[in-house]
Amino acid sequence: MSERTLMGGNIAIAEGAILAGCGAYFGYPITPQNDLLEHMAERMPEEGRVFLQTESELAAINMVYGAAAAGVRAMTSTSSPGFSLQQEGISYMAGAEVPAVIANIMRAGPGLGNIGGAQGDYMQCTRGGGHGDYYLITLVPSSVQEMMDLTMLAFELADKYRNPTLIMADGFLGQAMESIVTRDYVRKLPEKKWAITGAKGRPKNLINSFEMNPLDHPARIKLLLEKFERMRINEVRYEGMLLDDAEIVLVAYGSVARAAMTAMKIAREHKLKVGLMRPITAFPFPSQPLADLAEKGCKFLVAEMSGGQMLEDVRIAVGNQNVIKLVNSYGGVPLTTDQIFEAIDLLA
Amino acid sequence: MSERGVNELENVIFQRPDIMTDRPTHFCPGCGHGITQRLVGEVLDELDLKERAICVGSIGCTVTAYEYFKVDGMEAPHGRAPAVCTGIKRCHPELVPFSIQGDGDLASIGTGEIVHAAARGEKITIIFANNANYGMTGGQLAPTSLMGMYTSSTTKGRKQEHHGFPIRVSEMLATLDGPAYIARVSLHNPANVRKARRAVELAFRAQLEGLGLGFVEILSMCPINWKVDPIKAPEWMIANMIPQYPLGEFKCIPAMEEIKKMVKG
Repeated sequence: MSERTLMGGNIAIAEGAILAGCGAYFGYPITPQNDLLEHMAERMPEEGRVFLQTESELAAINMVYGAAAAGVRAMTSTSSPGFSLQQEGISYMAGAEVPAVIANIMRAGPGLGNIGGAQGDYMQCTRGGGHGDYYLITLVPSSVQEMMDLTMLAFELADKYRNPTLIMADGFLGQAMESIVTRDYVRKLPEKKWAITGAKGRPKNLINSFEMNPLDHPARIKLLLEKFERMRINEVRYEGMLLDDAEIVLVAYGSVARAAMTAMKIAREHKLKVGLMRPITAFPFPSQPLADLAEKGCKFLVAEMSGGQMLEDVRIAVGNQNVIKLVNSYGGVPLTTDQIFEAIDLLA
Repeated sequence: MSERGVNELENVIFQRPDIMTDRPTHFCPGCGHGITQRLVGEVLDELDLKERAICVGSIGCTVTAYEYFKVDGMEAPHGRAPAVCTGIKRCHPELVPFSIQGDGDLASIGTGEIVHAAARGEKITIIFANNANYGMTGGQLAPTSLMGMYTSSTTKGRKQEHHGFPIRVSEMLATLDGPAYIARVSLHNPANVRKARRAVELAFRAQLEGLGLGFVEILSMCPINWKVDPIKAPEWMIANMIPQYPLGEFKCIPAMEEIKKMVKG
């Protein structure tokens, strides 16, 4: 059954998680994701599931770690400063191969920064973020519909790879209201034979990242690295718009992709051949499609709400032969359609 | 070796608890952690918890506690074991998560997690091994180090004006309403080891009865870092640790008093 309804971005993440069988939510108040936590406080008990407001983001991520290790689909949500605090726990989960979903509704940093939306955690999200060699699939919704759909996908990918999965959204998207279609989630929850559910009728299960013999540790990391490579091969997601004849390729994600779409339409009205490449996964990054466009001699305009973080991934994908420009905002203010169109106009 | 072979032994009166793995511990000579783990093992056997207990390893000398028990286990980040136990217990009330945390882990970096787990009355069991220093990292100053104590990071002794005062965790947690049972015990002689065994059992029973946090602080010898002969370490404990950390029960809610009557020792 599907149903059309008006919903806020953060609420769509919460409802997506509930649809996907999230059994436990642990979180700590931080703007601009408070409505997600508040919604879960009401809805999880209604569904007979676990909700707990924790004493810190540190406690939240470690409760997620415990719950997920015990085989439950578990999640937390936070915003940038809280996400920094959670890196320790996320690293442990990646090391111990425990699946979970973390939604980071980004605000402006560094430091206390500003509660306005931003995309300044791109590096922290796409490079692992905590200590050690690991990566997390990073899903980047750009509509309220995707906030819901990608949250459901995040739980599946987390279980598929036994790895934490991120939803990386900006505060503006979290607060946006849009009409969306909700769908029933029909997939069966996977069986987790590795989970710590009590050593009943089987040898004990152990969830850790540590080897008693230090010489065994490299072999364990090798397996992790192979897993991240499989993610790079299998999980790249993006949406390309009007790219066939494009001379200028906009690259944008999150709420900025929406402004970029409008800027692209205006540019087309001005007979400018502009297309849009919108990553849906920031890790793994859609490098190959960008490299293919570079082959065709396109110019690239990266639009983002940060000092130029995704810009680095575009540079790696495109190389040195093509023109790559940045149009950006930072410090918690949105990047507008006008700014993006002006940048297109300068580049054309 | 005696003339009697092992096969001829008819009355075995002392052996490893069934729930413990056949694995030599990694602890230093005279360390109290081996005794602590054994007491936990005895209680897990006594309460028949092999299929329900979850050993949450913490960071420090107890880091691989899960290797020594035949129960499901996992690794927690430094100080976060009470939060990890909370996550397990809230989702699976039938499971029995527990952690053995050292004083660096629990009384320093993990104060936030233990205080709030206690305040919420989480139905988990925490065994707090207090040996007044960071054992695993080479014997640095811990929040529990004694005044004047020489450690690898206080080579001139702990000084109040620079390092402040030791934390008495059991007394501090006992001010909260959430814990069901809090006791401080010591391992300096067999009589006290027996008392410690009983306290550990009560801390598990507090969880099993759904009454709230069960917490036992175990004063534990660390001869290597105290720079005391293992034989002399119990005397050092009596002379130095116990005056700062008095033994006894600090919290025992009325429902626990009833349970105590049923527990021997």
